[in-house]
Parts: sequence; structure tokens; C-alpha cells
Amino acid sequence: MVKIIEKEQIVPNIHCCVVESPEIAQKVLPGQFVIVIPDEYCERIPITISDWDAVKGTVTIIFLEVGTTTQRLAELKAGDEIYSFTGPLGKPFEIDNYGTVALVGGCYGIGSIYSVLRALKEKGNKVVVYSEARSKFLLYWNKKLEEIADEVRYSTVDGSIGTKGHSHDRLEADLKAGTMYNRVIGIGCTYMMYLISQATRPYRIKTIVSMNTVMIDGTGMCGACRLVVDGKTKFACVDGPHFDGHLIDWDIVLSRRKIYLEEEILSQERQ
Amino acid sequence: MAKSSPKKTPMREQPPKERIKNYNEVPFGYSPEEAVIEAERCIKCKKPSCIEGCPVEIDIQGFIALIAEKKFKEGISLLKKKNILPALSGRVCPQETQCEQKCVLGVKNEPVAIGRLERFLADWEREKGEIEVPPIPEWTGKKVAVVGSGPSGITVAADLAQTGHKVDLFEALHQPGGVLTYGIPEFRLPKAIVLKEIDSLKKMGVNIYLNSVIGQIKSLNELLKEYDAVFLGTGAGLPWFLEVPGENLNGIYSSNEYLTRSNLMKAYLFPKYKTPVIKGKRVATVGGGNVAMDCARTALRLGAEKSIIIYRRSRTEMPARSEEVHHAEEEGVIFQFLSNPCAFIGDKNNWVREVECVRMKLGDPDASGRRKPVPIPDANFRMPIDLAIIAIGNSPNPLIPSTTPELQLNKNTSVVINPANGRTSIKGVFAGGDIVRGGATVILAMGDGRIASKGINEYLQTGIW
Ligand SMILES: Cc1cc2nc3c(=O)[nH]c(=O)nc-3n(C[C@H](O)[C@H](O)[C@H](O)COP(=O)(O)OP(=O)(O)OC[C@H]3O[C@@H](n4cnc5c(N)ncnc54)[C@H](O)[C@@H]3O)c2cc1C
Ligand SMILES: Cc1cc2nc3c(=O)[nH]c(=O)nc-3n(C[C@H](O)[C@H](O)[C@H](O)COP(=O)(O)OP(=O)(O)OC[C@H]3O[C@@H](n4cnc5c(N)ncnc54)[C@H](O)[C@@H]3O)c2cc1C
Ligand code: SF4
Ligand code: SF4
Ligand code: FES
Repeated sequence: MVKIIEKEQIVPNIHCCVVESPEIAQKVLPGQFVIVIPDEYCERIPITISDWDAVKGTVTIIFLEVGTTTQRLAELKAGDEIYSFTGPLGKPFEIDNYGTVALVGGCYGIGSIYSVLRALKEKGNKVVVYSEARSKFLLYWNKKLEEIADEVRYSTVDGSIGTKGHSHDRLEADLKAGTMYNRVIGIGCTYMMYLISQATRPYRIKTIVSMNTVMIDGTGMCGACRLVVDGKTKFACVDGPHFDGHLIDWDIVLSRRKIYLEEEILSQERQ
Repeated sequence: MAKSSPKKTPMREQPPKERIKNYNEVPFGYSPEEAVIEAERCIKCKKPSCIEGCPVEIDIQGFIALIAEKKFKEGISLLKKKNILPALSGRVCPQETQCEQKCVLGVKNEPVAIGRLERFLADWEREKGEIEVPPIPEWTGKKVAVVGSGPSGITVAADLAQTGHKVDLFEALHQPGGVLTYGIPEFRLPKAIVLKEIDSLKKMGVNIYLNSVIGQIKSLNELLKEYDAVFLGTGAGLPWFLEVPGENLNGIYSSNEYLTRSNLMKAYLFPKYKTPVIKGKRVATVGGGNVAMDCARTALRLGAEKSIIIYRRSRTEMPARSEEVHHAEEEGVIFQFLSNPCAFIGDKNNWVREVECVRMKLGDPDASGRRKPVPIPDANFRMPIDLAIIAIGNSPNPLIPSTTPELQLNKNTSVVINPANGRTSIKGVFAGGDIVRGGATVILAMGDGRIASKGINEYLQTGIW
């Protein structure tokens, strides 16, 4: 059980939740995640640790309400307890001085890139952040990112701010126009990470994405999170979740996403 | 006295047609009267051979004699001297290759039902209410960390608490019990029994930290700074796959995923519990061990019309407990022997629709002494399926070894120990159970726990490594 200290819907459907967990706050490194069970009946779901405060002993998660378990999590308020909160899990992001890095975040990934951005800057990189949403009012943490990044490039589907379209379109256009990155990192929905990997492939820019497969235990025990990277079976929870986007077998990843569609609808209807 | 029966006293159980519609335990256990009748079948051999078959050397004749005299309380105390979890071993030990195989009655007739009697005593004690917690001596001043709450970890924690050490138990999942909780289904091992045992641990003063993945939240070396000794009982959780084409189609689970969803996450109570599990109509489980039986029987309970076990050898080589095979057959599980999947075929949405198998024949015995399956050329066949479960084995969890390079391993997977005391290659670190053996048995894990707790006591007293 961990206690929720703060809880806020920062933009429609996206929530920010600060929980008390001194041990995780001491230990976590950029890119690691927790497995959360909001109440006894819910699923175990992986959520990235977006920020933390080792002194106060708190960790911050940002999550998108998509299905039953994230909805239940969204219902909890400051002062409530989360039934199970396990982490930090997964390997941290590999952080080094690469030169110029493009850091792409969409949806919950805008939160996830924050700690990676901080670490990349500490290592002396020049970092250009690409942040995307459907519309201006769905973007968040703009100031937090702008304060640290060398530049933040926004894209919105409706064009209400930044370029119209998606961040992978913007990245692609920038690469075409001659912008050179030594590394590209993308966190967000699967399709976005797939498209980023496609965009950088012709330029042979090393591209790291954070896979958000279905997970259960998060310790390498169940194999639910398996994917094929460079022809080999890997478990996203222990071997990842960060992988080279050019080596991932995307056909498998994209087809595995829809496994539980019917059950999700059912568990919603019978609540 | 009436002449005793050549057969074991039968145990009442749920009829197959009924039980595949529920998750309740299949056998009901003996009544005290039945237990006494069964206990009276033991002829009190001068040199009891049964004990040689028990990995933890239970005084089998002794506790059976106490049952015959209706001294159940004394019986359970005697039993617990060697085995702190008799409710489990009585249910899940492969008795037919252990204690009961060695019982002299088995030469001509059926052996004494040692497992059932063990279960009887444990259930009798539990149902009567309070499980007696042994007195805990004053704190020795030593602290021990136990990693993993499966049978090996539970044994070590209980033993060390009883010697007066302070024990902290770390478990990665949100429920304790290891495979007993996440793997073995409710209908074979009710979770209430496991939780009762965990309760006893708490009463002995063991602190249980759930949701704690060692290697992540704390490294082994960090534990060594806080504790005088560490026991690793993290089990064999890494699932094997067949590595054949189509294995990543939708509708193909590892046995661990399938059982974790249905047991730990209670998908059988979906949608009250929110974790879904695919309910196949034609389910193929690949493998021939206890795990495969558990998956195939779970599939029936989740509504499968056909639950098929695909095994590459024949019936006699199956490693599963005979009772499990028998129960699976009664329930209508279909056995496809001498067949091995070589591919899975999917539809346009990448859902599994067929399995292609190679037909096998048995060749010469291999290293394990079992006859080796050899493929028959050009005899492949296909079966329509909509769910496949791969239950071909597991290797030790790599998480702690991979974050502790100094820990010496065998063939890159299992932790190397000194079998006499459970010591690993790192000073102060002990190990046992499936992390050492690969997928083995509950009683061997408990036996290892016993040896390791003796080893830990000795080390804590002498300080000599
Ligand atoms: C390592 C890792 C880190 C993650 N970090 C975050 C995070 O920081 N914030 C966040 O909001 N989410 C994150 N996710 C995704 C998150 O785990 C899922 O959104 C969550 O499991 C959905 O649970 P649910 O029960 O609410 O939805 P479900 O009922 O399971 O699903 C509802 C809908 O969401 C889709 N969906 C299911 N699982 C995922 C998934 N893993 N990713 C995207 N869509 C999914 C389903 O196809 C379905 O349409 C992360 C996933 C991984 C593996
Ligand atoms: C489905 C199934 C059916 C079986 N049926 C039988 C049977 O009928 N009879 C029989 O004798 N045996 C059976 N077995 C085998 C038996 O269950 C195991 O041999 C036994 O449980 C091994 O015990 P253990 O103590 O080594 O660890 P486990 O029971 O494997 O428990 C290990 C625990 O450690 C935890 N853990 C792992 N890594 C970490 C970490 N880094 N930090 C913290 N915790 C961690 C795990 O979450 C787990 O809870 C079966 C196994 C399965 C899977
Ligand atoms: S522990 Fe297992 S092997 Fe030993 S007597 Fe009991 S059932 Fe038999
Ligand atoms: S071998 Fe069989 S008959 Fe002999 S003492 Fe043991 S249980 Fe009794
Ligand atoms: S989540 Fe189970 S193996 Fe990765």
C-alpha cells in the first residue's frame, strides 16, 4: 500500500499522481517504471516513473485513462491508498553524451521523457524535445520541458499550436530539411514509436523507443511482454523496456496490441 | 481386527462432470474414521523403507501409528518436526515415486496412502482452528533476509524465526506463496491453505515485504550490508518457449502467463476481477508435467470444449504426478502423445488457428533415462485450435544473477551451492529450491530450505565461511 499525496487531472484524460514511496524515490533512474494495482480487483499495469524527489520520498506518475484499471486509478484521490505499487522495474535509459538528441514524447510519454531530458542535459547533450497532442489544450508540462530543453517543438493534430500534424511528421520534415541528430528517443503510443523508427531508418540514426507491451509480473516470469528484437525473443520488463526501434519486429508488436479488446469492453460494462 | 484392504482407503472427491464447472478442490480429504482405517493398513515394518523415499525423511511410520491411535495432535507435531508444510506436501508430492513407492505394501497391493494421511493431519489441525505456533526464543541479535516466498523461502523463514533470528522476507509479487499462489490452481491447492501458512510465519514475527523485487529495489550486495545472511529462494520463473514459427501469434501463452492470469489475478472470477484471460474453445497445452495438467484442467474450467495435451513422448514418460494425469483424464482432457508442435498457423488478424505437429517415435533412452523422442519424417499433421499454452518448462529467474555477477552459476542459469549447507559462491549468501535445481518439486524446495537454514545457523554462530 502506498499513499497518494497529490492527484490532479492535468489535461482531459491525463492524470498526474504523486505517491509516497521513499524507497523507490531513492532508487529510481530515468526510464524505469512501476507496476500498479489500484485496488484488489484490478489488473497489474505498468506506468513509467516520470519524476521523483528523493528527499521528500515521493514519485510522480502520469497516466492516460484508457481502460478499466487506469480509470480506477483516476478515481483515487489524495489521501487514498494504492493497493500495490512495485518498482523501480526495467532497465534504466542508457544515458551518455551523444551530441544532439531528439527526444519525442506523445500522450503519457510527454511525462516519461522529462527525467530522460534532465539526465541527457546533465551529460551535456543538446536536446530538442518534440511534444505532441491532438490539440493545444492537451499538451502539458510545457514549462517544465522548456526550462531544461534547448528547444521544444510542438505539433498538434488540429494545428492549434506548433506544426499541424504529428511529431513524427515534424521530425521527418526536420530530418529532410537537413537537421542532424546523433540519437532519437521516443516514448508514447506504440504507433507513434513505430513511425519514429520508420522516419529515422533511412538516416541510420540510432533510435531508442520504450515499449509499452502488456505486462503482468514485470520480473521476467510470465512472458506476456515478449517481443522479437533482432530475431531474438526479449522480455520488455527485464530486457527493456527500451529497445532499438530499428531492430524491433513491429508486425508482432502491432498485432499483439489488440488481444484483449473484447474483454476490456466486457469489464467496462459489468462494473 | 478385520483384515485390512489391499487397496488404499478411497478418498471422496467431486464428480468430474461437476468439478469442471467450478474451481473448488477436487478431493475432499479423509474423515478421522477413514484416516484411522487407512493408518491401520501400515504393518509397522521393523525397517521401514517408506522413509527412504521421503526427501525430508519424515518419520512416516511414527505419525501413521499416532493416527491409528487417534492421537492426531501428537501426530501433527511429529510430522512438523521434518516438514512444516504438510498440508502442501500431502497434496502435491509425487508420492508414487517417493515415499509410497518404497512402502512394502506396494509390492503386492497398494501402498499405504501416506500423502493422504499427511494431508489429513494438516487439515485436521487447520480446521480445528488455531495452528500452533512454536515458541519463539529471545532475539539472537542476527538479521536474515529471505528472498522469495515460495516453499523454500517459507521453510527458511520459519526455521530461522524459531531459532530466534530476525527474519525479513521479500517477495516480488503482491501475494506471497510463490508457485503455490501464482501457479498451482485453486482446485488442486486452495489458496486459503497457503495464506494460513503465511499467517503462521507472521505470528512467528517474520516481516513480509510484498511488492519488493530484489535486484531492483535493493541489490543483493545492499542486502548483505543490512543483514547477517541472505537466502535466495527465487524459483524457476523464466518460461521456455518452443522457438517455432508462429509462436508469437495472438492466443499463445506461456503456462506462467496463463496460470498467473487465472490464479494470482483471479481471471476465473472475471469480470469481478479485471484481469482477462483468453477462453479458448479448442485449447492445446504443450508439455507433460504437472504444469501442463494444471493448464489443461484450467482450460476446461474456463469453458473449453476440447482441451488437448500435446506431449512428445508417450504416457509412461510423462513427468506429472499420476493423480493429476488420472484427474485430467476423468475430466475429459485429450492426450495427443508422441507429437511435437513445429509451427502455429494464424488467421489474417494474427490469431492462432492451427497447430502443426511432427509425429514422434521413441528411440533409445537419453541422459534422463527416458526414451528419447525421434521425429518421423513426412508424418506431420495439423489440428484446429484457438488457444495454445506452452508448458515445456522454466529456468531459474535470472534477475538476481544478472545484477550480481559474482554469483556463480551452472550452465549460465542455476545458482551453484554446496549441497551440504546451501552456501553459494558469495559469503553470507545461501540458496535453495528451484533457483538451484531448475523446475523441481515443492518437497525438494522445502528440503533445501531446511538444509540452508541449518547452514545459516551454523554460519551465524561460528562466523566461519
Ligand atoms: C513499461 C511501460 C510503461 C508505461 N508507462 C505508462 C505511463 O507512464 N503512463 C500511461 O498512461 N501508460 C503507460 N503505459 C501503458 C499502460 O500500462 C496501459 O495504458 C495500461 O496498462 C492500460 O490499462 P487499463 O486497464 O486502463 O486499460 P485496458 O483495459 O487494459 O486497455 C484499454 C485500451 O488501452 C489499450 N492498451 C492496453 N494496454 C496498453 C498499453 N500497454 N499501452 C497503450 N495502450 C494500451 C488497449 O488496447 C485498449 O484499447 C506503460 C506501459 C509499459 C509497458
Ligand atoms: C503450475 C505448477 C504446478 C506444479 N505442481 C507441482 C506439484 O504438483 N508437486 C510438486 O512437488 N511441485 C510442483 N510444481 C513445482 C513446485 O511448485 C516448485 O518446485 C516449487 O514451488 C519451488 O519452490 P521455490 O521455493 O524454489 O520457489 P517458487 O515457488 O518458485 O517461489 C519463488 C518466489 O520468489 C519470488 N521472486 C522471484 N524473484 C524475486 C526477486 N528478485 N525478488 C523478490 N522475490 C522474487 C517469486 O515471485 C516467487 O514468489 C509445480 C510448479 C508449477 C509452476
Ligand atoms: S513429504 Fe512427500 S515424500 Fe515425504 S512423506 Fe510426505 S508425501 Fe511422502
Ligand atoms: S513401508 Fe509402508 S507399511 Fe512399512 S512402515 Fe512404511 S508405511 Fe508402514
Ligand atoms: S511482464 Fe511478465 S515477463 Fe515481462
